[in-house]
Amino acid sequence: MPARALAPEAARAAAAAVTDPELPVLTIAELGILRAVRVSPDGVVEVDVTPTYAGCPALEAIEADVKAALRVAGATDVRVRRVLAPAWTTDWITEPGRDKLAAAGIAPPSPTGHGPTAGHSGTAGSGPVDLTLAVRCPRCGSTATRELSRFGPTACTALRSCASCREPFEHVKAL
Amino acid sequence: MTAPGRTPKESGTPSLVSAGAVVDPPVAVYATRLGDDTLILAQRLGGWITNAPQLEEDVALANLGLDLLGQARMLLTYAGEREGLGRDEDDLAYSRDERGFCNVTLVERADADFGEAMARLLVFSVYQLLLYDRLSASTDPTLAAIAAKAVKEVAYHRDHATQWVLRLGDGTPESHRRMQAGVDCVWPHVDELFETDDLERALVAEGVAVDRPGLRAEWESYVRDVLTRATLTVPEPAAAPVTGGRAGVHTEAMGYLLAELQHLVRSHPGATW
Repeated sequence: MPARALAPEAARAAAAAVTDPELPVLTIAELGILRAVRVSPDGVVEVDVTPTYAGCPALEAIEADVKAALRVAGATDVRVRRVLAPAWTTDWITEPGRDKLAAAGIAPPSPTGHGPTAGHSGTAGSGPVDLTLAVRCPRCGSTATRELSRFGPTACTALRSCASCREPFEHVKAL
Repeated sequence: MTAPGRTPKESGTPSLVSAGAVVDPPVAVYATRLGDDTLILAQRLGGWITNAPQLEEDVALANLGLDLLGQARMLLTYAGEREGLGRDEDDLAYSRDERGFCNVTLVERADADFGEAMARLLVFSVYQLLLYDRLSASTDPTLAAIAAKAVKEVAYHRDHATQWVLRLGDGTPESHRRMQAGVDCVWPHVDELFETDDLERALVAEGVAVDRPGLRAEWESYVRDVLTRATLTVPEPAAAPVTGGRAGVHTEAMGYLLAELQHLVRSHPGATW
């Protein structure tokens, strides 16, 4: 029985500040997976999140973290909804989010053209294998980098190494 | 053990309910078919963890399996909702017997050799990419959303398989021999991918499902190109194609796979940790 409903701005701010468990330098707002926060007149907070990858195992942890953060902010009844459409792409990562990734030694993704404003278009026949845009080393800025493995420690990252500074690094691959 | 290719004795349309008394909504059956394909292949890919030729490949195949498992969870959850019997993704994954699964036989094969695993991944991911690309325009909003999400992931699967088939086929005599053997042994399962039936034809007419036979020409074009560039021989069409998976008639490998997939939940019902 809430005495009063949490202000929508306060609910939004609390949810937006939750960090991603696998890329903890980013908040879920910066990652672009927080889609909406609503507060009903009787105080129920409903939060929409979308997965980065269909099988992302972090989503359950994120849902628990969102509920906990909103309870701390004063909400008593929090519901987290998973939404699929429009599908997340790496273009949903905000500019400050990209800067934070680079600062943490993780190369941000190249633009895909399928972001928040672009509609879905099929990928058959134009797989990402053909995409050869240079990936810049987050440490020394060199573009002389190569892919070691397309699949890194999390679903959304690939492993690369830099020929200039000889350091390996992670790259959030374009999706 | 069930011989592949045998016609099921019971009704040709599989029911999600063993008793068979309930007529399943067609969309639930369709979502279960798609979900079972991804669930069973995810299980097979998981089996490569610690067994792949290099550490990076362990990680890669685990990632691919996780993508497929995520798709399976969404598809089976939706199947359960449309079925309307109160079953969730776990009920469908863990509590059905072999005859209740309607995946194609291609995905259940035990892959003893890495060449075989990559041949199957190529055959399946090329098909799945075409399928999801079309399904993302489905009139069913949930199926369309799942497909739009998954199509981007599967594009990476296809590229991964393509790179391995090219590298192994056009590699050493030993890698070429094993890659060719892999292609040869998955080939009898290809026809089943493009089979359809009355249930799917009706859903295609409503704009819900994808016309599977209509995907074949594009599939052939891509796969033949890769095999040719990999200096491999495209096998002749199988004299005795393996089929029956959609109707719940599986190969010997399926029972062993389900035993491993389901034994924990069945031995300890309701267990949590």
